Amino acid sequence: MKDFAALLDRLAFEPGRNGKIRLMAAYLAATPDPERGFALAALTDSLSFADAKPAMIHALAAERTDPVLFQMSYHYVGDLSETVALMWPARAGERAPPLLSDVIRTLSTTGKATLPGIIAGWLDGLDEIGRWALLKLITGSLRIGVSARLAKTAVAALGPHAPDDIEEVWHGLTPPYAELFAYAAGHGPKPDTVDPTPFRTPMLAHAVDEAKDFAALDAAQFSAEWKWDGIRVQAITGFERDGRPAQRLYSRSGDDISSSFPDLMDSLANGRWGTAALDGELLVVIDGRVQPFSSLQQRLNRKTVSAKTIAQYPIHCRVYDLLVADGEDLRALPFADRRRRLEAFVAAIDDPRVDLSPVVPFADWDALAGIRSDPAAHGAGDDADAIEGLMLKRRDSPYVPGRPKGLWYKWKRQPFNVDAVMMYAQRGHGKRASFYSDYTFGVWKDGPEGEVLVPVGKAYSGFTDQELVKLDRFVRNNTVKRFGPVREVVHTREEGLVLEILFEGLNRSTRHKSGVAMRFPRVARIRWDKPTAEADRFDVLEKMLAAEA
Amino acid sequence: MSASQILTQTPLGLYCPAGDVYIDPMRPVPRALVTHGHSDHARAGHGAVMATAETLDIMALRYGEDFTVTRQIAALGVWTTVGDVRVRFHPAGHVLGSAQIEIEQGGFHLVVSGDYKRAADPTCLPFTPVRCHAFITEATFGLPVFRHPDASDEIAKLLASRALFPERTHILGAYALGKAQRLMSLLRRAGYDRPIYIHGALEKLTAYYGRQGIALGDTPKVVAAERPKLGGEIVICPPGAIKDLWARKFPDPVTAAASGWMRVRARARQKGVELPLIVSDHADWEALCTTVVETGCEELWVTHGEAEALVHWAGTQGIAAKPLHLIGYGEEAEDELLDAA
Ligand SMILES: [Zn+2]
Ligand SMILES: [Zn+2]
Repeated sequence: MKDFAALLDRLAFEPGRNGKIRLMAAYLAATPDPERGFALAALTDSLSFADAKPAMIHALAAERTDPVLFQMSYHYVGDLSETVALMWPARAGERAPPLLSDVIRTLSTTGKATLPGIIAGWLDGLDEIGRWALLKLITGSLRIGVSARLAKTAVAALGPHAPDDIEEVWHGLTPPYAELFAYAAGHGPKPDTVDPTPFRTPMLAHAVDEAKDFAALDAAQFSAEWKWDGIRVQAITGFERDGRPAQRLYSRSGDDISSSFPDLMDSLANGRWGTAALDGELLVVIDGRVQPFSSLQQRLNRKTVSAKTIAQYPIHCRVYDLLVADGEDLRALPFADRRRRLEAFVAAIDDPRVDLSPVVPFADWDALAGIRSDPAAHGAGDDADAIEGLMLKRRDSPYVPGRPKGLWYKWKRQPFNVDAVMMYAQRGHGKRASFYSDYTFGVWKDGPEGEVLVPVGKAYSGFTDQELVKLDRFVRNNTVKRFGPVREVVHTREEGLVLEILFEGLNRSTRHKSGVAMRFPRVARIRWDKPTAEADRFDVLEKMLAAEA
Repeated sequence: MSASQILTQTPLGLYCPAGDVYIDPMRPVPRALVTHGHSDHARAGHGAVMATAETLDIMALRYGEDFTVTRQIAALGVWTTVGDVRVRFHPAGHVLGSAQIEIEQGGFHLVVSGDYKRAADPTCLPFTPVRCHAFITEATFGLPVFRHPDASDEIAKLLASRALFPERTHILGAYALGKAQRLMSLLRRAGYDRPIYIHGALEKLTAYYGRQGIALGDTPKVVAAERPKLGGEIVICPPGAIKDLWARKFPDPVTAAASGWMRVRARARQKGVELPLIVSDHADWEALCTTVVETGCEELWVTHGEAEALVHWAGTQGIAAKPLHLIGYGEEAEDELLDAA
């Protein structure tokens, strides 16, 4: 448990993908079976046991600590598990630290009544980091940014095999994965498992460079579709070796998200799919109309989902590519051929939850630009709000994993823009942690004592590295106040910096003081030249809202 | 008698009327007693300063020889008469030269702790508990969530990370006075014999520790142009520099920081730290409570830090306690000031 806790601790602070892989690989290489197998299961969220509830942890702490000191500490730390982990009265040497495997086995076999005593015993045997990791594990809240793909890459780093090879045999194996590790290290046979529903690395698109691409590309070679504002998924069906049908839904990064969408899984199991793999977009659709992304968010990242939520936010899969049908891998076929097969496939499965993303016909690039600026008038109708732009796919393109050049393009809708004033700045994350790179900006609004700036959004992208250096310098030289990591930047009618902000849409929001929430705001231009008094007024946003409604 | 007859709280800091002297005053005063060389306690411009020889040296290094008009060396454990009181300095275990200050009047003993720690530190004398009637303590880490681990375990973490990422530079943020040299010494004790590279802001103080006979090995200053070549090395710099442009010229740096604050994950994350090392030169919760008990005090004042929790705890022990909330002390202030240094 101690080494596993140290790994979690380090992973939680490591921002880089490669750093995470190396940390995991080093742990997996140094840790014996079955400990590393259980650790891998914990990291990839493949364990199932009844989570301990925060109330239980709270009650345990109450038995061992002064309530006033506990409250002060909790207030300071801000996280229950961490507070308990840190202030748990140490009884060092009293008990041996538990093994991760023991913890997991015990959790999956022990009843609620005896659990608190067992957990208290474990806490006694661990140090601060061990207790933190244990509490995060048993409350089911290990959030350390490790995707299934990342974990598989770390396993692959143990030996000669590629991550795809590991991916292929992973399925069907259960923790603690002894045969997987033997195979990964290169001294065990390939585990005899065939995944009937494997994930396939998706094909991705490049963003259109309007200045260059349209001059070079021939419109006649391309097919266009709407780009939906949902979640890209792979829906896979197949058969286990014993003939039982199998279904699986993957996120774009290869995480198995089947359990969040039992309603869609029922559709995949309707018996008409055979062995197939479809690429599509997850959307919430009510009465044939695509709902805003915020509705879809109600369905994401849930391990279990209530009947009420399912009824309230019915899920839908709008498909746009067919990778496998009738057990045949179609990825080498031209897109136009796959599309024909896809149309036939969707007609054959005949399921109300699954439909085709329509092809958008167009004559030339200019015509397509017109379509992009007004999807509602070009076939999207009421669903225009859920459209982010267009996808352009070469008719002869095979389905190539990754982001191949020259085959697929995405052309996002013209976003909205507004001139706003920088109000606050905060340091960024990862590579940008030394720069003030996150900016809260505001527009002018009438207040009781004349016009004031009201914050309307936050942007942390859209500028070049050189511009970032200048913005950072501006923030440092124009700070008027500090609140922890946040700097208040001068923003009066006479002094301050105007940023031209681009965004994709606007919603009313009760969570934001201004009453509006921008979608995907980013900095389009830094208006060093523009006086702050000439930045936009809130009325501009009000008008946009009215137009959107 | 009670503590308030010997010591009063003023906007400039703690003042002893009978001795007409301030302790660690915030602004220039005619006469000051200074516990240690950190810039939030030791300021320039006083008329007269009494402190340990090392603290006086450190003040001169930082502010120039004219940091005070007159100076008086306080020998540890020796009484000196100051006005109508007697004062005596005792080691505080915080940084080189750090001291607690005991004041005696009419048989009543009061001790001002300054900053202190109870954990072992090869670079300074250990804290000695002094029995007294009134104890004036710091409480930087005055919450039960602060339990500092063994510093050598934290050094082991750093060395393990270096072994795992041998091509990356490990940049370790640490206060220029005390913490930085303690880390160097701990690294040497752990068998690390590569040069330990230092930021220019650490140069004078590190050299001073060396002259005081504290062996820190080879500690070259980072040459700006050489930064890209320092992959695999350990570089120590002031806390504020870990996220500066300066730090980004090293190969794929791992950002580490050594501080008691690193115990709380949100604090470490807020500072952009990837490898938090919990190494503190302040007393943790256990050490604060233990020390209060060991002084046998009947009255406890808490100068700065998380005072409320310690005051609450003292109440449960039957000790009359009050928070002073002195403004201007604390590691945060130190951080900012050292950045400028
Ligand atoms: Zn200090
Ligand atoms: Zn201090």
